Amino acid sequence: MEFGFTTAAYVVAAVLFILSLGGLSGQESAKRAVWYGIVGMALAVFATLIGPGSGFWLASVVLIALGGAIGYQLANRVQMTQMPELVAAMHSLVGLAAVFVGFNADIELGRVLAMDDTARKSLEGFAALLAKKSSVEIGILRVEASLGIWIGAVTFTGSVVAYGKLAGKVNSAAVKLPGGHFLNAAAAAGSVILLLMYLGGSGSWTLIGLTILALFIGYHLIMGIGGADMPVVVSMLNSYSGWAAAAIGFSLGNDLLIVVGALVGSSGAILSYIMCKAMNRSFVSVILGGFGGTSGPAMEVEGEQIAIEAEGVATALNEADSVIIIPGYGMAVAQAQAGVAELVRKLRAQGKNVRFAIHPVAGRLPGHMNVLLAEAKVPYDIVMEMDEINDDFPNTDVAIVIGSNDIVNPAAQEDPNSPIAGMPVLECWKAKQVFVSKRGQGTGYSGIENPLFFKENTRMFYGDAKASIDKLLPMID
Amino acid sequence: MKIGTPKEVFEGEARVAMTPESALQLQKLGHECVIETGAGAKAGFTDAAYEEAGVEVVKTGAALFKAADIVAKVRPPSEAEVKRLKKGQTLISFFYPAANEELMQQAAAKGATVIAMDMVPRISRAQKMDALSSMANIAGYRAVIEAGNNYGRFFTGQITAAGKVPPAKVLIVGAGVAGLAAIGASTSLGAITYAFDVRPEVAEQVESMGAEFVYLDFEEEQQDGAATGGYASVSSPEFREAQLAKFRELAPDVDIVITTALIPNREAPELWTEDMVASMKRGSVIVDLAAEKGGNCKLTVMDEKIVTDNGVTIIGYTDFPSRMASQSSSLYATNIRHMMTDLTPEKDGVVNHNMEDDVIRGATITHDKEVTFPPPPPKVAAIAAQKKPEVKELTPEEKRAQEVAAFKAQTKQQVTLLAVGGALLLSVGLVAPASFMQHFIVFVLAVFVGFQVIWGVAHSLHTPLMAVTNAISSIIILGALMQIGSGSWLVILLAALSVFMAGINIFGGFLVTRRMLAMFQKS
Repeated sequence: MEFGFTTAAYVVAAVLFILSLGGLSGQESAKRAVWYGIVGMALAVFATLIGPGSGFWLASVVLIALGGAIGYQLANRVQMTQMPELVAAMHSLVGLAAVFVGFNADIELGRVLAMDDTARKSLEGFAALLAKKSSVEIGILRVEASLGIWIGAVTFTGSVVAYGKLAGKVNSAAVKLPGGHFLNAAAAAGSVILLLMYLGGSGSWTLIGLTILALFIGYHLIMGIGGADMPVVVSMLNSYSGWAAAAIGFSLGNDLLIVVGALVGSSGAILSYIMCKAMNRSFVSVILGGFGGTSGPAMEVEGEQIAIEAEGVATALNEADSVIIIPGYGMAVAQAQAGVAELVRKLRAQGKNVRFAIHPVAGRLPGHMNVLLAEAKVPYDIVMEMDEINDDFPNTDVAIVIGSNDIVNPAAQEDPNSPIAGMPVLECWKAKQVFVSKRGQGTGYSGIENPLFFKENTRMFYGDAKASIDKLLPMID
Repeated sequence: MKIGTPKEVFEGEARVAMTPESALQLQKLGHECVIETGAGAKAGFTDAAYEEAGVEVVKTGAALFKAADIVAKVRPPSEAEVKRLKKGQTLISFFYPAANEELMQQAAAKGATVIAMDMVPRISRAQKMDALSSMANIAGYRAVIEAGNNYGRFFTGQITAAGKVPPAKVLIVGAGVAGLAAIGASTSLGAITYAFDVRPEVAEQVESMGAEFVYLDFEEEQQDGAATGGYASVSSPEFREAQLAKFRELAPDVDIVITTALIPNREAPELWTEDMVASMKRGSVIVDLAAEKGGNCKLTVMDEKIVTDNGVTIIGYTDFPSRMASQSSSLYATNIRHMMTDLTPEKDGVVNHNMEDDVIRGATITHDKEVTFPPPPPKVAAIAAQKKPEVKELTPEEKRAQEVAAFKAQTKQQVTLLAVGGALLLSVGLVAPASFMQHFIVFVLAVFVGFQVIWGVAHSLHTPLMAVTNAISSIIILGALMQIGSGSWLVILLAALSVFMAGINIFGGFLVTRRMLAMFQKS
């Protein structure tokens, strides 16, 4: 088929992709938007298959079908609590694919350059495209390909480590090799040197060296970032996978790759920005890992944590008119969302005003809590964002904190020396009564004491979130 | 250390600073306990009970002061008692240092350390040793009981075969600890209870106790309760007038008035004037808990119960806690015990008088031959601060000016960004070949579109967004498909692998997004 048709198909696909992302602005339009994405993808693949340069038609289709079967299984089996892991794992695949495609570009280039003119004329497809390039263009192509490989490699190992941390297979605490950021900086500098050598024509080994350094950076960078910063990490890796695709698109001269890569890249970048803003931290400080030094001694926490049993919570809930529930990662870990949803259903049946307050960085993935609650059939119109609901706490009878800690820490507002000072938090302590469902007396990920637990209107409801909620359920009438 | 409690020498005082129960706890801290014989008799604790709890009983007060390293008592020491103090000894009791300056000087001269229980700072951590509060609590409760004792009718309303009984109406002035305790007792007896306080922020506490808060129609900047350590302060004459007018309106209606209004280190304010008393019904009762400081009602006679000509009983007792000696002794002894817990952090019977500690420093009024009163303000402010005043309304001009300024700033920012971006683009264009620039423009536009589109995505859909971007980022499959036709086996292998992985991603990503979105339901 003519080249023109492929290009036209690409334009349509690009528009469909943009619509598919734009459609996510509302729950209802989102359902339609996915179809745009699917159709766009199908069109793009189809156009490429019938377009110039592709071969092994059948093999390609079989491979896609095989991959599709696995993807189908994955998508249907995954638990909603495991979404972060799944997303991270899929990022690693994109990263690895980018590395392979980038290498291919280099190998092809080497092959084409070795040919004489007559042989070049007989080439078709990608190789033919390469053959037409001038020396400057070849230089640029090499930069693009190695950039794609580099970002792809960082994405790959980074996502694998992130997957390990999210799935609990790797200790989620921040780990750094001796040397810390110096190692990363050295590896990055080494990458630049190798890139220059590669451009100077030192051969393919430089590219392999570059890849190895990039793999190391990806590993080490993400190892150094702790559990609660995972939302930023995952969205950052999402962004990287996009940029890798865009870089590869440049080297292959494929506009659709560039467009989609740029879309995904900017989407991830915005998500990271939103997450960082929700934690009042700069992107750099998150990526460099851990919390920065404090500017002074933390405020002393006054009072004591007072425990309460299920009966007490149930009585308070039965008497309350308005309830706000603040879920966190602890709810996901304990798989308590179904119980929570049942609790909400019972309370709402009594005509109480029950709502959820979601902090942007609750959970381990942007929007993680929303998905869990949706899975448990909690209607989305009672699930509120922080800004929507923060002013309502003073008029609320009961606030229940389930498995979240730093996002409800009043120290962020009250103690200028706190490491999380200035971070926007859910002001649940302004409710008349606060119950905190929590496994034990430990501090949160950031290791910061939470004065909320010591407040006079706070009662600690110790125990596994799921067990606690299950104990509570029969007492609500 | 040896902790000793003498018999109270103050006339009529029935309380005691140590109970058998608190003695057991004190011994757990590594201290020994000693008590003067008969000290607990009026509060219902016999010498035998003390002995059973391991307390040594000594015959006289003098012997006790000699034996004890720490003397714990209730009332401020008499002069004779101060004379008995020796160097290095610690005295823990109520002291009212502002009123008992001379006594304090004497104690300091003796070299004794004095911890005044009435000086314990009002911070959350010190609540467990806040004896003023625990005594005020009892006073509030007892005030209602005394009132009931002198009031010839029921508190609660009843409809009986013998006729209908209206509920009593109780007004409580001053919603401090005593006031709140009185509200609690009064409402649980079934009376209709009103409460008033000059601090509007306590309205919520009043209502939580089941009483109705009496609001004044009065607009004035109320002083922040937190600034004065949670105590009331002096109010303006206009405010006072408004308040009295309200009381005058209520006076003919209420059956029982309990006044608890005290301002630290001042005469009690007059809140219940003679004309209000005159307008009250025959048989009504006034309990004036401020009698010791002159009374909130001028007719109050300290320590006495009088009946006015129009038949209103005014009770001016000042010893309510002492009238419930058993209860108040246990609470006070527990306060003392908590103080000792803070003084012996290691629980080894060795007192560590840490003057850096806010609570200990605040309560200590003499130490090392020096008077350490008044204490510096505590480092931690404990009472919730009043809400900060709202940002004041801007005038339209100011608003307009702000908008213009914001618009200018935004324009400036955008123009700078565009200029920098444009310059960068142009400089790239200078060196890069045309074929690159074509793609580059597409790239820049796509990034731009991406930024515009993604900002509109709902927060709750961030996870589906990630899944869908994940799926479409497998567009990398196009690259692999273009390369799979190559002549080199290595390229074919790598491209095939890429196609396979991207295939997983495409299907996995889209399907999981669909699954997620299908779950979002409206209620």
